[in-house]
Amino acid sequence: MHVENGLVVAHDPMGAAYRVLTLRLPTIAAKARPGQFVHLRLAMLSDAVLRRPFSIYGVDGDMLSILYKTVGRGTAAMKDIQPGATLSAMGPLGNGFPLPAAETTTVPVLVAGGYGVAPLYFLATRLPRTGLLFAGGATSADILCVDRFQALGWEVRLATDDGSLGTHGLVTAPLDSWLADARREPEFFACGPNGMLRAVGERAIAGGWKGWLSLDRHMGCGVGACLACVQTIRKDGAETLARVCKEGPIFEAREVVWE
Amino acid sequence: MTTPQLEITIAGIRMKNPVMVASGTFGYGPEYADIVDLNQLGALIVKGISLEPWGGNRTPRLVEVPGGLVNAIGLQNPGVQGFVEKYLPFLRHYDVPVIVNIWGKTADDYAEVAARLDGVPGIAGLEINISCPNIKAGGSAFGTNLEATARVVSAVRRRTRLPIIPKLAPNVSDIAAFARCCVDNGADALSLINSYPAMVIDIESRRPVLANVTGGLSGPAIHPIAVKLVYDVARAVDVPLIAVGGVTQARDALEFIIAGATAVAVGTANFTEPLTALQVVEGIRHHLEAHGLASIGSLVRTVRL
Repeated sequence: MHVENGLVVAHDPMGAAYRVLTLRLPTIAAKARPGQFVHLRLAMLSDAVLRRPFSIYGVDGDMLSILYKTVGRGTAAMKDIQPGATLSAMGPLGNGFPLPAAETTTVPVLVAGGYGVAPLYFLATRLPRTGLLFAGGATSADILCVDRFQALGWEVRLATDDGSLGTHGLVTAPLDSWLADARREPEFFACGPNGMLRAVGERAIAGGWKGWLSLDRHMGCGVGACLACVQTIRKDGAETLARVCKEGPIFEAREVVWE
Repeated sequence: MTTPQLEITIAGIRMKNPVMVASGTFGYGPEYADIVDLNQLGALIVKGISLEPWGGNRTPRLVEVPGGLVNAIGLQNPGVQGFVEKYLPFLRHYDVPVIVNIWGKTADDYAEVAARLDGVPGIAGLEINISCPNIKAGGSAFGTNLEATARVVSAVRRRTRLPIIPKLAPNVSDIAAFARCCVDNGADALSLINSYPAMVIDIESRRPVLANVTGGLSGPAIHPIAVKLVYDVARAVDVPLIAVGGVTQARDALEFIIAGATAVAVGTANFTEPLTALQVVEGIRHHLEAHGLASIGSLVRTVRL
């Protein structure tokens, strides 16, 4: 874990509601693994005492990118960040996704809800083999990065709540169709809303497959000190409180005790 | 001129400088050790420890407000044995005084935790948490009642030889009375303030944002309140004071020291910038040099009225 000042090298819209922020963070970028996050200090919010956590969307040499949506006061204030500005970043934080061994025969199945696709894209760039991406969102505007996954050789299947792109309904619909006649064993990697994570986890448990879920909880410190982001998990038969920022944010489906 | 003297002693605990990290904002040490050289802290006050492991409150436990945080973590901790086995060996690798914040549901609980930590190598002192606003039994239920305060402090005093430092609640009508009560019952020093009872409501759902309904406000928002209370307590008792409440820069720490504190602890600002405590030390050094002051001690209780 490091604290590093990052020079903003790019800040571009992705569709109407999303943005990609790219920072030069050589130390953090060199150590970052898919599923980990960075904790950014938004100095433009002068009365804010907390940093804001963002999944890592991509790493390219010294450059580290995040993909975000305006969801609150912090992300709203971020829209004015210009290239040339500097942001303090802490990271890389969290455990990250386990990378399957090169000889594994499972097929990686990524399941994304909205901008939950961000850490999964970073993962796709680091996995030893290609697989399938199932991406869901409210409308076609919430389906991101399809061309980027396809450029890496991934098969992409989509669903939207309003039917404007892909299957009309939840992302589990195309996922279930694929699972019904999958010839290879899947290993799930998922990031998105809780309902989606839970649904993916249930399928992983029912099928006896591994399911890695990236949990999103309201965080404070990001390093395990404040105990704001705890989640009940089941480990060795006993229930304990895990810190999502430290022991997570990635948990295996069987560990998560949903409320 | 010579380098100003930053070293201080509080209740027999020698510190390299007057800037500690406050309980509940720095975990048990390892959480920030990658970033912060623990040896450069005045002292490390670890998160509250109880007799048995405790799970704390339901989530959400934390909400940011302008200039601060409202938290209701609820003192989640691994218990005294868990702390001694899991964290103390790590902390012993460092040359920094470790002050253990302790709490209980009864006065006997507090005393038992104190007794279990007495004589354990690597512990410099005990901060007695009689002021946490987020637990139903214990915490501020003791610290806002003079008889209960006396009961807890005297019970702890009887069971430990370590320096004891009660942490005062801000939400009392006469904090000087609580300060005197603690000193009369054997306190070696005092720390103040704990977070201020607070509440945040979501106007759409009309529900409290925190699962615990209410929480404690910390951060820059409470700093002037804390300065006033430190000033009040400094006029009431002679023991050294550790001031806590919204320190984000050297100016805040100096204000506390001038008001009457011997040292300060950085709390919420650790979350914003983990290096805050070390930056405050540098800022104090710079201030002393700029004003030709030989030691930090020469600023303590020097407010001019």
